Amino acid sequence: MKQDIILAGVGGQGILTIANIIDYAAQKSGLCFKQAEVHGMSQRGGAVQSHVRLSDVEIYSDLVPKGAADLILSVEPLEALRYIDYLHVEGKIVVSRNPYVNIPDYPDLDKVLDAIKQSGNHVIVDSEKLSRDAGSPRSQNIVMLGAASGFMVLEEAILIQSIKEFFKSKGDKIIDMNIEAFRLGREAAGT
Amino acid sequence: MTNRLLLGDEAAALGAVHAGITAGYSYPGTPASEVMEYLIKASGSGEFKANWCVNEKVAYEEALGVSFAGKRALVSMKHVGLNVAADPFMNSSITRINGGLVVLVADDPGMHSSQNEQDTRYYAQFAQIICLEPSSHQEAYDMTRKAFDLSEYFHIPVVLRMVTRLAHSRGQVKERTVREKNKVKRAEGKDWTLLPVNARRRFASLIKEQKMLAKFSQGSPFNSLEINEQNTKLGIIASGIGYNYVMENIKDLSPAPSVLKISTYPLPQGLVQDLAEHVDTIVVIEEGYPFIEKNIKGLFGIKDKTISGKLDGFLPITGELNPDLVRKALQLDPLQRKGSAYDWLPGRPPQLCKGCPHIDTFKALTKALETYSNAVVFSDIGCYTLGALPPYNAVDTCVCMGASVSMSKGGAEAGIYPCVGVIGDSTFIHSGITPLLDAASLDTNMTVVILDNSTVAMTGGQPTVATGEKLENIIRGLGVDLRHIRRIVPLKKNLEENAEIIKEEIEHAGLSVIISFRACIYEARKRKKGANK
Repeated sequence: MKQDIILAGVGGQGILTIANIIDYAAQKSGLCFKQAEVHGMSQRGGAVQSHVRLSDVEIYSDLVPKGAADLILSVEPLEALRYIDYLHVEGKIVVSRNPYVNIPDYPDLDKVLDAIKQSGNHVIVDSEKLSRDAGSPRSQNIVMLGAASGFMVLEEAILIQSIKEFFKSKGDKIIDMNIEAFRLGREAAGT
Repeated sequence: MTNRLLLGDEAAALGAVHAGITAGYSYPGTPASEVMEYLIKASGSGEFKANWCVNEKVAYEEALGVSFAGKRALVSMKHVGLNVAADPFMNSSITRINGGLVVLVADDPGMHSSQNEQDTRYYAQFAQIICLEPSSHQEAYDMTRKAFDLSEYFHIPVVLRMVTRLAHSRGQVKERTVREKNKVKRAEGKDWTLLPVNARRRFASLIKEQKMLAKFSQGSPFNSLEINEQNTKLGIIASGIGYNYVMENIKDLSPAPSVLKISTYPLPQGLVQDLAEHVDTIVVIEEGYPFIEKNIKGLFGIKDKTISGKLDGFLPITGELNPDLVRKALQLDPLQRKGSAYDWLPGRPPQLCKGCPHIDTFKALTKALETYSNAVVFSDIGCYTLGALPPYNAVDTCVCMGASVSMSKGGAEAGIYPCVGVIGDSTFIHSGITPLLDAASLDTNMTVVILDNSTVAMTGGQPTVATGEKLENIIRGLGVDLRHIRRIVPLKKNLEENAEIIKEEIEHAGLSVIISFRACIYEARKRKKGANK
């Protein structure tokens, strides 16, 4: 058993938070994992991605090979497309429909969403709305984690436990908001 | 023992803690910063010292002092940091290291956050000492521990070479038992007094020791040679993260090639020889420069053998390796993909944050310079280097720490006017003070703008040694004319006034220093949170 995931988004959207939560969950599930991320310069509003690899046997490469990703989880539509060549022929894209426009040449959103739809296996989620519904506009990343969770090899209960663990120091209110964000995302993906 | 979840940097740091370090020293730099961040957390209520230092040279020398005292120290830095620390590094190789000294250097192939992709293995070879190169989190932990033993056994500093992909990858580590700290036992004799008479003797001793280092490398359990008797055609030499990419693809190679994994330097010559005797072609897969490849090839290669790698274009000689490039080098077809990359996607380069004080400084600076046709802005290393990109296009150079000030002086003396240097508070403390002293002593006609945002922002907000009044006092102490040390607050509403002040100082025929003082928005947020608690 193995699952390779590309996490994508823009610096500041909380990509590394999702990565950390998945790491905790993988550890708790007794899986082998490696998770490569970017720090430093690229985090300043630039494209950010993280490679997550889960397996029941030893993993060598920290990076997912092109064509091996089972899942692209992106908090931003354009950023999902950036890694399309990593996707396995049967791979899935779980993506937010809400663009993060901080560049002057952001393409037409319909063109971006059409390209995602053309890939076949996809789930598009209104993470902006759902995060507001959950009470925290900053929880779009957790909405997207929830939306993708049904396609992961990790159990829902363990992921929720990991969210609690991750936000432990921020108090119950933040924890509850994030669990709600996760739940709404999961529901929206229909899993 | 427990299984820990750590970044590669953290795994190495934990290895140092469990090896019984008395101190860790560093200066922030991607991808090495997380080593010290972890040490600071792990040092708890002072179990050991863990400090950010003003620069890598100082950090290295502090670590040397610990070693002299017979205790163990870890000094960590990014690859270009070792350039700054090169003086103590090279010389320490011929002191008789007392307490274990491990130099953790994180290279940045692909230049994710750096101005070059130099390979630290050359430095280790230059100093003629041992270098260990982990390929996994467990090895980062185990090798760092072992490096301290080797340092004390051979009385040399030992280099641990990391690369971005391991430094910033999270994985699992099994901890081992914790070793006690050394007692204070200062170095005796004249081995640390590198007067020519002693240095000659010590250098000869290091040269004599090379045979023993080679013997260690040959027998090290961190290296492994798997010979496949059935395949006499292809053998692979892989090191560090390159080994991972080989193993990722090896299942698709039939018959399987023989694989030599190299994790220790000097090179394990006997193992290379054993592999070469068995196969016709050796493919070398290593992250960074073609270091192993060049060393085994020499000028004339190995008779009747083909050696392939980066020198003959089998793999790209610049940039970072990945599993796909290695797959191609192993002559395997690419994996099937759902789609190919779109060519119409715009890039999303890093940029200054919304509300960043640098934006307002650059706007004022650009406005002040608009009437001059030959202005040059020499910049430095930090977030503000992003001022080189659109829409600001506000700076002309970025070379190395502190160079903004020294290059301004050179530029001014060569006839450039206006000549402006732009440097952050932390970079100024790191390497800007000495060139400013130079400029002050001659009252060079140039203007230095110090962007004091009260933090080391680019690397994640580490504390800076001097900001605000303390920073200003340092500048006064350097002998800059007090009338030409000015202060501005980079805010939108101050644009006109700030541009005017900068212009006044440009018009001053001599050295001026303008301190543009406003905290990084993240630093300000952190302080506000702290104040509310």
